[in-house]
Amino acid sequence: MTEITEVPSPFCGIGTDDLAIQVDGNSLKVTKNGCTVNISAFGQPIVEISPRIDGKEASLDEAVIKAAELLNDANQPVFGGCATDVSGMRALMALADRNGAVVDNIGFNAAKRNFLAMQDSGWMNTTLAEIKNRCDLLLVIGIDLEAFAPRFFERYIWNDEAMFLDDTSSRSIVYLGKVPSGKASTSPKKMKAKVFECSDDDLPQVLTALRTLVKGRPLAAEEVGGIVLKDLQKIADQLNKASYGVVVWGAGALNFPHAELTVQTLCEIVKDVNELGTRCSGFPLGGKEGDQTANQVCGWQTGYPARMRFSSSFPEYDPFLFDSQKMLDNGEADVLLWVHAFNSKAVPPKIDVPLIVLGRSGMKFENEPDVFIPVGTPGIDHAGHAYRLDNVVAIRLKKLRDSGLPSTFEVLTAIEQALQEK
Amino acid sequence: MLKKLTGGIVYDPANGVNGKQKDIYIKDGRIIKKPAKDAKIDKEYNIKGKVVMAGAIDLHTHIGGGKGNIARMLMPENHRTDAVAHTDLTRAGCGHAMPSTFLTGYRYAEMGYTAAFEPAVLPINARQAHMEMGDVPILDKGGYVLMGSDDYLLRMMTAKKDQQAINDYVAWTIRAAQGVGIKVVNAGGINAFKFNQRKLDLDEQNQYYNVTPREILKTLATAVKELGIKHPLHVHGSNLGVPGNIETTLNSIKGVEGLPMHLTHVQFHSYGTEGDFKFSSGAAQIAEAVNNNKNISVDVGQIMFGQTVTASGDNMRQYANHGFASPNKWVCMDIECDAGCGLVPFKYRDQNFVNALQWAIGLEIFLLVDDPWRIFLTTDHPNGAPFSSYPHLIRLLMDKSFRNDMLATLHPQAQKMTTLASIDREYSLEEIAILTRAGAAKITGLVGRGGLADGDFADITVYTENQDREKMFSKPVYVFKDGELVARHGKIVKVTWGTTHVTRPEYDKSVEKDLEKYFNQYMTMKIGNFTISDDEITEDGRGSITVHPTVGGKV
Repeated sequence: MTEITEVPSPFCGIGTDDLAIQVDGNSLKVTKNGCTVNISAFGQPIVEISPRIDGKEASLDEAVIKAAELLNDANQPVFGGCATDVSGMRALMALADRNGAVVDNIGFNAAKRNFLAMQDSGWMNTTLAEIKNRCDLLLVIGIDLEAFAPRFFERYIWNDEAMFLDDTSSRSIVYLGKVPSGKASTSPKKMKAKVFECSDDDLPQVLTALRTLVKGRPLAAEEVGGIVLKDLQKIADQLNKASYGVVVWGAGALNFPHAELTVQTLCEIVKDVNELGTRCSGFPLGGKEGDQTANQVCGWQTGYPARMRFSSSFPEYDPFLFDSQKMLDNGEADVLLWVHAFNSKAVPPKIDVPLIVLGRSGMKFENEPDVFIPVGTPGIDHAGHAYRLDNVVAIRLKKLRDSGLPSTFEVLTAIEQALQEK
Repeated sequence: MLKKLTGGIVYDPANGVNGKQKDIYIKDGRIIKKPAKDAKIDKEYNIKGKVVMAGAIDLHTHIGGGKGNIARMLMPENHRTDAVAHTDLTRAGCGHAMPSTFLTGYRYAEMGYTAAFEPAVLPINARQAHMEMGDVPILDKGGYVLMGSDDYLLRMMTAKKDQQAINDYVAWTIRAAQGVGIKVVNAGGINAFKFNQRKLDLDEQNQYYNVTPREILKTLATAVKELGIKHPLHVHGSNLGVPGNIETTLNSIKGVEGLPMHLTHVQFHSYGTEGDFKFSSGAAQIAEAVNNNKNISVDVGQIMFGQTVTASGDNMRQYANHGFASPNKWVCMDIECDAGCGLVPFKYRDQNFVNALQWAIGLEIFLLVDDPWRIFLTTDHPNGAPFSSYPHLIRLLMDKSFRNDMLATLHPQAQKMTTLASIDREYSLEEIAILTRAGAAKITGLVGRGGLADGDFADITVYTENQDREKMFSKPVYVFKDGELVARHGKIVKVTWGTTHVTRPEYDKSVEKDLEKYFNQYMTMKIGNFTISDDEITEDGRGSITVHPTVGGKV
């Protein structure tokens, strides 16, 4: 039994890298600095090592050849999930390019809300270390932050010492929309976050009202979405007075139609505050289980985020048309390659076309895939790279155990070679 | 395998060869002496009368790193105009202004380039820069590590740490980030923007640290010199794009007091305030200063007309210029107490007075700086224009009548504000070879590259002579990378993978103690997880690292 320290996590999105993990054969236990996300993610057991074809155990070579056959026979292959490390994503892109496939990351329905806003008008954002050292006002919009990232406050808000704040416990925390589920946002000096609750449905107009007030324009209303205008005015004043305000949102939590417009509104609020004379930055939450990684690698290899296709032999991007679920529902796809190396619970949708799965060991399927290849988890079974939620920082994942599971990169590269030989 | 290139006219200024007919022999990726008569030539290329140069080197081009990838994501509409299908040999890709990594490698190689350097590697983002460059085929690559707005350095300067301690920190950083040079962007300005300062002149203090850009330049230029890093401190000056910034640039030259300094995309830093539009050319003064100060080198950052995207670490200036965004969308980021970035799409227009004059200012600088070993051919890709415009730029430099024909089509007021029409100079092939090969290799400290001597790596480009220099330089007939034929008539025929150039100055390891404390207290990762190990670059089986010696140091 050994203990490995300073372990970085690809699961929690916030780049926690102070975990201690006890390794006993193939079983892992987080012994220090664990949170609910990381304890369960590192703890998922290995169930099977061997691939299966039609439910029967097969060698890796056989599974690779069968997968290549299915992909080769398809008119419109779709690659879903796309949750792996940088090398795995590189191999996935190479295979997709050769195979004329659609590439669609599992998190894209959420990420789309950000990309649509960003590609239309842009944004001003910041990263974790800037928050840790500068943020004097944290405005959390439409998300229960501690449920998303249990250690966010401990690591980046209530840190003992910050370079540019006399007292980190004096930071102002304001919630707009959702109510925090626990007490992580309460300061070490017992100061509670200010919470202004409204429904998701009301969030668009609440933010529009806030933008109006930030800009000092008149608004003929007493309350918006159940929040009295005076309270919104206070938030607007706080934004305009803070030295370094940070507006946090989670695209995944904004689960309503055209939420991209809400993302755009809050990004424009950030720009307005900067224009009016003080600093303010946005901070989108995401980055769990390889979603940022998929967009980054797809981005540098094709120019587009991870909902694109190679069907015409060149990259094309459409955040609506290349939604893999919709394509499957509409009968536009005739094979699904599902890749999810991080989470055995992230299983593919139920479909009636051939299914190839590269998944974390232990996946339980409603319908047995035509080919299932259990792959190693980056940061557990092999080294690798993953992106943190703030997009800038790639973390170096460690290998913690010798499970013998192949990496996504190895398997997809082998499938590509098999395809090439056809 | 022994290859022979027979009968080419060789331009190899690194070895004093200027247009001499000479056979070249290649074996095991290197150029070798003429072998014995009975040696079997496995492959002969008859290139009689064709122009032979070393592979070209771009010493300042944004090809890898987070900001470039944001630029890509920001502009899907731009990619749609320039999509490239895969072939049996090459990967598909997209992008006119900011191409995908594969296209970047192919297009550079097709133009005869064999190396390119990313000039703004944020230490915290270096991992990404190397991963992106790891997906740039054929080219050798390397990065200049961005410092000067990082809080650690500014804390040291405020605390009056001695130069030796700063040198140790600089050396640690360049090693941790796997760099080959040190870059400063708007010295201290990116940091000051986080404290809500919206501009920072050369002698203006950062309001928190009380440190000025002049002090930062001097300190880092000293560190680079004392550590023996061969590439001079690579400086993106203060006040980029501001009319009147010529004064800042001239003062920066004075400010480094004779220390080696490379002023990058100096075109953007050479503006006066004369004329009806209060915007004028400072090219003559800049050129005079470069001519008179042998410690100074420059690359130009020429602009070309059309759509591009500006991608810079200088978020202070990018923020200030966001009003010019075309299309109207832009991104700014503050990054990890390290630096920042800003992305602003730009459309340079020939009928816009300022853009037209920017074009003329760049060319004036090219033509007025005397010493071709201290000026380099860049568009600051993608900021002035995509790198794919280099053949056009070469024609502008080599062909006066073409240049003047172009000038005659520009905004009339801009034509009146430039002396370009009266400059007779035309670059020679030898001078182009210095700007794009011999000089670039020398100033980046590359050993065995940029020349065609026995023992050099066989990075070789063969052009068919053509008076239309744009045509000539667009599609070389042969391009060899490490002895392998990679492109023929402007088409990729083989995909290889280049090396990553780094340098590793010595330092006192005790610097890591304070750094470790700083990382634990203020940063968001452990110091051990920050440092980039060699295997991160080489483990994919195609990357490699080439360590270049420091001055007086060992490899």
